[in-house]
Amino acid sequence: MTNTKKPLLNDAFVVIIFAAAILAMPIWLDPIGGNYPDLLQKFAIYGIFAIGFNILFGLTGYLSFGHAAFLGVGSYAAVWSFKLLTMNVLPAVVFGVLFAGILAAIIGFLSLRRTGIYFSILTLAFAQMSYNLAYSVLTPITNGETGLQLARSDPRILDSLFSDGSVGAGLPSTDLFGETMSGYPGFYFCAVLLIICFYISLRIFRSPFGLMLKGIKSNQNRMKYTGLNTRPYMLTAFIISGMYAGLAGSLLAVTDPLAGAERMQWTASGEVVLMTILGGAGTLVGPMLGAGLIKYFENIFSSFDDNVLTQAFSFLPDSVVEFVVPVVGLFVGSGWHLTLGLLFMIIVIFLPGGLVEGFRRIVNYFRSGGKTKPQSVEAHNQAGE
Amino acid sequence: MDAIFIQILNGLDKGAAYALIALGLTLVFGTLGIVNFAHGALFMLGAFCAVTFQKLVTISVKVRDEGVTAFVAYKEQPYLETWFGDTGRIIIDYSVPLSILLAIPFMLLVGYVMERGLIKHFYKRPHAEQILVTFGLAIVIQEIIKAYFGANPIPQPAPEILAGSANVGAWVGLGNNLVYPWWRLIYLCFSGLIIFSVFAFLQFTTYGMVVRAGMRDRETVGLLGINIERRFTIVFAIAAVVAGVAGVMYTPILPPDYHLGMDFLVLSFVVVVVGGMGSLGGAVLAGFLLGIVQSFASMNEVKEIFPGIDQIILYLVAVVILLVLPRGLMGRAGVMDD
Repeated sequence: MTNTKKPLLNDAFVVIIFAAAILAMPIWLDPIGGNYPDLLQKFAIYGIFAIGFNILFGLTGYLSFGHAAFLGVGSYAAVWSFKLLTMNVLPAVVFGVLFAGILAAIIGFLSLRRTGIYFSILTLAFAQMSYNLAYSVLTPITNGETGLQLARSDPRILDSLFSDGSVGAGLPSTDLFGETMSGYPGFYFCAVLLIICFYISLRIFRSPFGLMLKGIKSNQNRMKYTGLNTRPYMLTAFIISGMYAGLAGSLLAVTDPLAGAERMQWTASGEVVLMTILGGAGTLVGPMLGAGLIKYFENIFSSFDDNVLTQAFSFLPDSVVEFVVPVVGLFVGSGWHLTLGLLFMIIVIFLPGGLVEGFRRIVNYFRSGGKTKPQSVEAHNQAGE
Repeated sequence: MDAIFIQILNGLDKGAAYALIALGLTLVFGTLGIVNFAHGALFMLGAFCAVTFQKLVTISVKVRDEGVTAFVAYKEQPYLETWFGDTGRIIIDYSVPLSILLAIPFMLLVGYVMERGLIKHFYKRPHAEQILVTFGLAIVIQEIIKAYFGANPIPQPAPEILAGSANVGAWVGLGNNLVYPWWRLIYLCFSGLIIFSVFAFLQFTTYGMVVRAGMRDRETVGLLGINIERRFTIVFAIAAVVAGVAGVMYTPILPPDYHLGMDFLVLSFVVVVVGGMGSLGGAVLAGFLLGIVQSFASMNEVKEIFPGIDQIILYLVAVVILLVLPRGLMGRAGVMDD
């Protein structure tokens, strides 16, 4: 975390290990039932979203409750690129990032005039405005409640230039120079982008710019007293973070080409906050970890129902099963959000540093030969702040 | 003139709900320094007190329907009606106002447990963590409600005598085509009463005086040998009760469902911020003001000029106020100034 402390691993190693872990996900997630292309894509996409959010929240401590707006704008821009230009995913991703960046610049320019809870409320207000507008007045652009979808009659100017104009049966699918972007190819496309994003985020964490952001987090006033104008740094961090969200949004559209306004609702912003905190805000791999865990458990838990539970507990006596199944059933299936909320509260109460902090404590515990060293943890916390 | 008057009235009842939630929110913030994202969930819990009470009083038994003579028919008759006859019927009819009697002790308990069990550990933590933990709590509360009551809105009828509309126009001499639902009028008076009693409690009782002193300077009050934490716990419980009864009385206007709290939460935070963090008067003023502004923005004449303005007006006002007047309308210096 700090320059004085020797990092556990070399940066290059970190990236290589991360890349290997991500690309090998279909293999090591297979035994635990996580090997579906859809789910893997979600891991990668929400990983990007959370990593981007972490650049703002983890480094500067500014809690934005409006990041879903950038996700939504990225999705809309990508779908429009599919509709108007080409089914190739590269322009879609570029436009998604670009438009999210522009929106982030506007919102950031205004919101960053305030700090603390006022900043949170301002971002929340802007995101809710975008959401409400997408539902009502902007219906020509967003297609309101139905959501923006592809149609066979879309112009697709670039595609029609290069092909003979014959449209196959059904809707065209997104592609990368001929490779269809669904299933595993889609996952690998997202995974490669995720690794690039991770690398960029790592460079930001290590750069003077990242250090500046950490300085702003620990004491903005003192940074100002040294004659530094902190606003441009904050704005840059905000825009980068918004662009990550835009990228994630456009990838959502790449893997499933439709965009709905509900992606911009503030609960969606809440979700990325949950992911980042769960994994560990301000750490490199934490957000990815949190995003993966939440999406994994969402998938696993919500597929449980009473039948599955009755089978799972079939080793118990019948009378116990009758009691256990409804109780556990509250926490899985459609009630999985309850588990999420409880888990989240427990993390915030007992482990504000997230899971990464937990791992670090365990490692420290074993390194010191079973003796906890409160001073070192304290010193570390101070440095981390 | 008619149109303006009716829009003000329309705005007032929504504003009353905003004001009541924002009042509790800012009370908690001013005393405990806690940003409580679970406050909307308390409003929703109150609304579900009304649902529960109504379910309780209408527990029914099957009886022979005497009205049908052609064949043996059965109908559901609530026990209360069987036992008490007309009195029982009246209780069922007035179930919404009566459920306040259930809501007050219940919300006091919820507020007390919440403060002692969770919030008190977060006094010293940063605001971001307070927001996060109460946000988690709000999710938990709303999911529990969803598990027991389902995801659909549950309509709660107002008492029959209040079901119609009041001819408000005739009262103020503006003609007969100006009507306003009775229940909303009741809600307005009710919220006025609640707001007045909260202010009276803080202003005219010794207990309230100590609480106000604690809001100004907690440490000094503590040094004077007063257990200020204990009083703040009570204040938190009172804020929960205010949110709860506001929820109870709102049920005939808007059928409650499990995410009612989240819907109101965002808006009431906007209200608190516009009024000024920690300013009680500001919260009430901003609540009514934003309610009225919103109802004016949803007039067709306004919508023609600025399409979609009704959807974003509250947030727009909040953004402008925050950027121009960082302390909100009536915020004190020194509260959340950093």
